Amino acid sequence: MSPWRKPVVVSVFALGLSVLQTLAQAGEWSGYVAAEFRGFTEDASAAVQHDRYFSLAVQPEYRHEWDQGKQIFTFIPFVRVDQYDNARTHADIRELAWIKVGQTYEWRIGVRKVFWGVTESQHLVDIINQTDLVENPDLEDKLGQPMVNLALIRKWGTVDLFILPYFRERTFPGSEGRLRTIPRVDTDQAVYESSRKENHVDAAVRWSHVIGDWDVGLSHFSGTSREPRLVAGTDNNGNAVFVPHYDLINQTGLDVQATKGNWLWKLEAIHRSGQGPSFTAATGGFEYTFYGIFGSPKDLGVLAEYLYDDRGTASPSPYQDDVFLGVRLVYNDVQSTEALIGVVADRDSDARFLFLEAGRRLKDSWKLSMEVRTFHGLPAGDPFFSFRNDDYVQVELAYYF
Amino acid sequence: MKHWLLLIPMLALPFAELQAQTPEEKGLAIAKEMDRRDTGWGDQQADLEMILRNRQGKESRRIIRTRTLEVQGDGDKGLTIFDTPNDVKGTAFLSFTHATRPDDQWLYLPALKRVKRIASSNKSGPFMGSEFAYEDLTSQEVAKYTYKWLRDEKLDGRDTFVIERYPAYKYSGYTRQVVWVDKTIYQPLKVEFYDRKNAMLKTLTFHDYKQYLNKYWRADRMEMVNHQTGKSTTLIWKNYRFKTGLTDRDFDRNSLKRVR
Repeated sequence: MSPWRKPVVVSVFALGLSVLQTLAQAGEWSGYVAAEFRGFTEDASAAVQHDRYFSLAVQPEYRHEWDQGKQIFTFIPFVRVDQYDNARTHADIRELAWIKVGQTYEWRIGVRKVFWGVTESQHLVDIINQTDLVENPDLEDKLGQPMVNLALIRKWGTVDLFILPYFRERTFPGSEGRLRTIPRVDTDQAVYESSRKENHVDAAVRWSHVIGDWDVGLSHFSGTSREPRLVAGTDNNGNAVFVPHYDLINQTGLDVQATKGNWLWKLEAIHRSGQGPSFTAATGGFEYTFYGIFGSPKDLGVLAEYLYDDRGTASPSPYQDDVFLGVRLVYNDVQSTEALIGVVADRDSDARFLFLEAGRRLKDSWKLSMEVRTFHGLPAGDPFFSFRNDDYVQVELAYYF
Repeated sequence: MKHWLLLIPMLALPFAELQAQTPEEKGLAIAKEMDRRDTGWGDQQADLEMILRNRQGKESRRIIRTRTLEVQGDGDKGLTIFDTPNDVKGTAFLSFTHATRPDDQWLYLPALKRVKRIASSNKSGPFMGSEFAYEDLTSQEVAKYTYKWLRDEKLDGRDTFVIERYPAYKYSGYTRQVVWVDKTIYQPLKVEFYDRKNAMLKTLTFHDYKQYLNKYWRADRMEMVNHQTGKSTTLIWKNYRFKTGLTDRDFDRNSLKRVR
């Protein structure tokens, strides 16, 4: 190191330290620590899998606002340690982003999570972030996505422009994990259609607007599919595995919600090309809420959605001609007690997928959540067939700070 | 000279009104005067501590921030940001209230980064598990009710109009409300709520009014008691600020996703 560079390094380091110090003092920390237990009620499909899993997760959140709230910095790391599943023991940066707010625009730059959509049973339109599948088979946990997002805010709606310079591979449970394909997915062999692999620059645009009772979104994505095709292969030891193939796709999506009295009418539809023959998929239905049932403060919601995919049984999605029925119970109590119970039934086979999600606050900073998922009547060839012995009960106790 | 002539009927008008009024007209006139005196504040921000008490007196606290934008000719726009309990930190509620047609409401769930448009027919539902219903906390537009003056009365040594008002909007949980309006500051001191069966449900009292910008009166504390369940909720308002420069942009779905 030349003599003049040392002070530069030191001063840069000192500057970095003082910036960090300022941020630590100026901003605020929050987040949660959670202990999770998963118990499986049936014998595992693979000998290496287990029946009971404990795991711990922590997700701190740092946030700093300045410029009268017109500039915001957020940092949300996430770590999970799982008792057996090496792939589920993982860390991620959920958010590391800077937001700059103007009167007619917002810049949002960095690693972020973006959600699009309205339906409850699946999220077809939502495509910006990769699914963190090891977290939960419900596909709702997402990995942080690096992006440059410019929102243009106009009288006729908001246009969001996205440049997505780096691709995140989907996570899959490891060999000792449950709720995985048999054989396992070998993420080390991931195949890309783009020669630039994960460095392919993806792009997306979305227009969204509120027109009276209607919330409408129209979007287009061009880039590497978040959903891989799983192709049979072998690992280094000659064992059968699935290899994820990431194709370049174009996907146009529409999401609409009409809010009419006690009714929420919902529709999501996509058209995707580039991943085999192009196809159309849609989810549509309603949520009707009975407020204050039996003179109590409780609300009871009834949900029904139809899930369609025009590839039929050739679809890698389990939902190609399925009906979702659900009941949501919201207690409106001090503990924010809530429960959602549902079933997705295949109209072409006996396949049924049942779930229960419930949560309740304990004291002021603790929350207890429960989840049950069971799989029934799965025929060989159903995309959920590997999960046929993976009925489970999950209990999570989280402390929020 | 012409100006003076114009003023004469204007001066005479209030007196003429008061004399020939039916109880309904007088009730409406009082509501309009309450509205007129509370017009022009533009926007307002405040911090709110909500204390929920069950029948046994066990307490639970919520910290909330509110931002309101006055909209002329329609209901106000409101943004409510939840700071505690910690598990709902960052949850935010956006509402465009309307006089008689249903409000527009969106809820932001930070864990999913999801903005949900929610049904507006939950007006009578409890707000955050408290004894306040959504309809108790949204802006009180004149057209939301029809009115009837009942009597004049002294309440805790203060002269009040006692008026009855009947919700004119759908999905209300009330048949009627009886409101004690302070004759000096034209603000409510007490409200009695009667449920759909016309049974007394709740009583709301307002305490420690302070004046802001030499014009607008705000209570520092509100006490809601539910007579049917024995539960109660206290709202403690702090740090009222007016004309802070908020615009429509602070009340859209983009701002909902980033407020804290």
